[in-house]
Amino acid sequence: MLKKTATALGLGFGLALAMSSTALAGGTVKVGLILPLSGQFADTGAQIERGVKLYMQEHGDEAAGKKIELVVKDTGGPNPDVAKRLAQELVVRDKADIIAGFGLTPEALGAASVATEAKKLMVDMNAATSVVTEKSPYIVRTSMTIPQVNYAFGKWAAEQGIKHAYTIVADYGPGHDAEKSFAKGFEEKGGKIVGADHSPVANPDFSAYVQRIKAANPEAVYIFIPGGAQPAAIGKALAEKGLTPPDTKILAQGELTLPEALQSMGQTAKGIITAFHYTLERDDPLNKKFVAAYEKANNGRAPDFFSVGGYDGMHLIYAALEKTKGDASGDALVAAAKGMSWESPRGPISIDPETRDIVQNVYIREVKEVDGKLQNVIIDTIKDVKDPLHGAK
Amino acid sequence: MRTERAISGPAATWLKKRNRISTVEIAFWLTTLLPFVLFPSYLSLASQIAIAALFALSVDLVLGYAGIITLGHAMFFGLGAYAAAVLAKHGWGEPLTGLLAAALIAGVAGFVTSFIIVRVQHLALIMITLGLGLLTYELANSFSSITGGTDGLSVEIWPVLGIFDFDLWGYTAYGYALAALFIGVLAARRIVNSSFGLALTGIRENSARMPAIGSVYRVHLQKIYVISASMAGVAGALLAETTGTVSLDTLSFQRSADVVVMLILGGTGRLYGGIIGAIIFLVARDRLSDLNPQYWYFWIGLLLMAIVLVMPGGVLGGLARLFQRNAK
Repeated sequence: MLKKTATALGLGFGLALAMSSTALAGGTVKVGLILPLSGQFADTGAQIERGVKLYMQEHGDEAAGKKIELVVKDTGGPNPDVAKRLAQELVVRDKADIIAGFGLTPEALGAASVATEAKKLMVDMNAATSVVTEKSPYIVRTSMTIPQVNYAFGKWAAEQGIKHAYTIVADYGPGHDAEKSFAKGFEEKGGKIVGADHSPVANPDFSAYVQRIKAANPEAVYIFIPGGAQPAAIGKALAEKGLTPPDTKILAQGELTLPEALQSMGQTAKGIITAFHYTLERDDPLNKKFVAAYEKANNGRAPDFFSVGGYDGMHLIYAALEKTKGDASGDALVAAAKGMSWESPRGPISIDPETRDIVQNVYIREVKEVDGKLQNVIIDTIKDVKDPLHGAK
Repeated sequence: MRTERAISGPAATWLKKRNRISTVEIAFWLTTLLPFVLFPSYLSLASQIAIAALFALSVDLVLGYAGIITLGHAMFFGLGAYAAAVLAKHGWGEPLTGLLAAALIAGVAGFVTSFIIVRVQHLALIMITLGLGLLTYELANSFSSITGGTDGLSVEIWPVLGIFDFDLWGYTAYGYALAALFIGVLAARRIVNSSFGLALTGIRENSARMPAIGSVYRVHLQKIYVISASMAGVAGALLAETTGTVSLDTLSFQRSADVVVMLILGGTGRLYGGIIGAIIFLVARDRLSDLNPQYWYFWIGLLLMAIVLVMPGGVLGGLARLFQRNAK
């Protein structure tokens, strides 16, 4: 009886081995893409997916002799339970080798435990809370973190001789992170925060807040609010009270002056200084080529930082596969990804071998009129910035 | 309707008869075991369906039986989810006590709010439940030191009974959620097939007449509201425990609305309506979003309209009508 069971077991294992080796010989690497593709954050997900698809279009669907196959799944928004289930299904049902995407932090947090348990490489193409990469040793990030950009920005602002700043941020996780990290950088270099305000996440009218800012009379105002209709609203409110550059410096993270926002803000946007890791207009052959190809593939829709996160995430997957010679196991891919560096449309980037988080330049840009059109012009570059919460303190 | 039939025979025998478990029910519960064997790669979906079904059942108790229209029940679902997750965050990841804590906290919240609920009816009821739901959502958002704000929490949950670890395939998750749903249904069918359950139906059918025959209808309503809140809390805790995460989405209006849709799909006031609705809604969602991750809501909308137009009483209502017609 025992012998029979043993033989059966042996046969079973043999069969399983044979099957897995044929799978290897078949030469497909499945990449499961988990994104918010419906609901409020659908556009974020769509832009990431477009970045991913553009990379595959440019570089073919083969890496290290393996065919790369995408399986796209929709979370519907910041739902960690759905993201976790989709990650589980991708691993057990679709036999995905790599899971990627993650437009929002809750999605990444939900899927992290699956990556650990299944030992699969997980590429975070957007979710921007610092802690994400610490949730699993298989997570590598190709987007940015809010402290990364804003801590560096705070230091830079103080170094420019700004002494007093007032901060106003949207009252949610990313806003609080931005406020804290900007203030930390700013104060470390001798600046002083003279006031801090939180506005509701969806706030149509900023006049009351701007009144308070006016009363505090700071040298600079630091703003962090979500895109959409709000940049125009706050721009208008600031202009009405005469809080405009160059008398009062307006500082913000890059979302405030995305091209769509600039259009709605109009002339009030002039002189606003923002910090970001990707600048659409950055004068660089690689970026120019990327933007042109992206616009061509998507009916003139310009890429944004979401698209670049997806594009670079895909590059990481291709390059890591090349390095492991097609070995798609999570451990091999993570080891290959650690310390990897390459030229991205956003500029030179690398993966920190210790934290698996992205290291990149933070560009300081000022809104200027170029050929009758408002755009973000890079006025300074802070090189090789790490996330300050893990790594370079 | 049912009260009419009760008159035809001695009430006690009638209640006993209704309490008897039918073959269809036994067959149904046996079917729920099939995914373990036939579709092991769908177990995580199955566990989330079981959780949604328990949540829908809790809403059925107040909406289907007691006639309390609610668009804010996610409030209790989310409270339960956060109760279990926050407990685990602070070092106590035992799942069963997590469920108890969730039931308790959601129940207390249900008790407190029930005083407002029993004072209003119809449209005002929708407004009040909606408002309470939104309030809870914003509170959870602003107490981000406890709830993790928009990022949510991710927590470590211990194995169920100290033996069954939450695995990648979802065997434990589904077994655990299914057991909870089974107990939930047993409890709910005891409640609705008791004199208390009949009193609730009476309130639903004619709330002005119940006090006239000496029924303390507000107390009845409060009782069922608290029971339902606890059950919703348990469902929320199940979701938090099986996924090891919780986010503000558990409290969202979308979740309150989805559960009502599931219930209407399956048929209200029928115990199994919520379960059938949850299966249809979530399976359709899974299949359709696989076919087209971007525009699947279109097909969901079409499906909902089709079912409601063809079967106004939901799937179970439609089936019941069909059987009655054939019996004649």
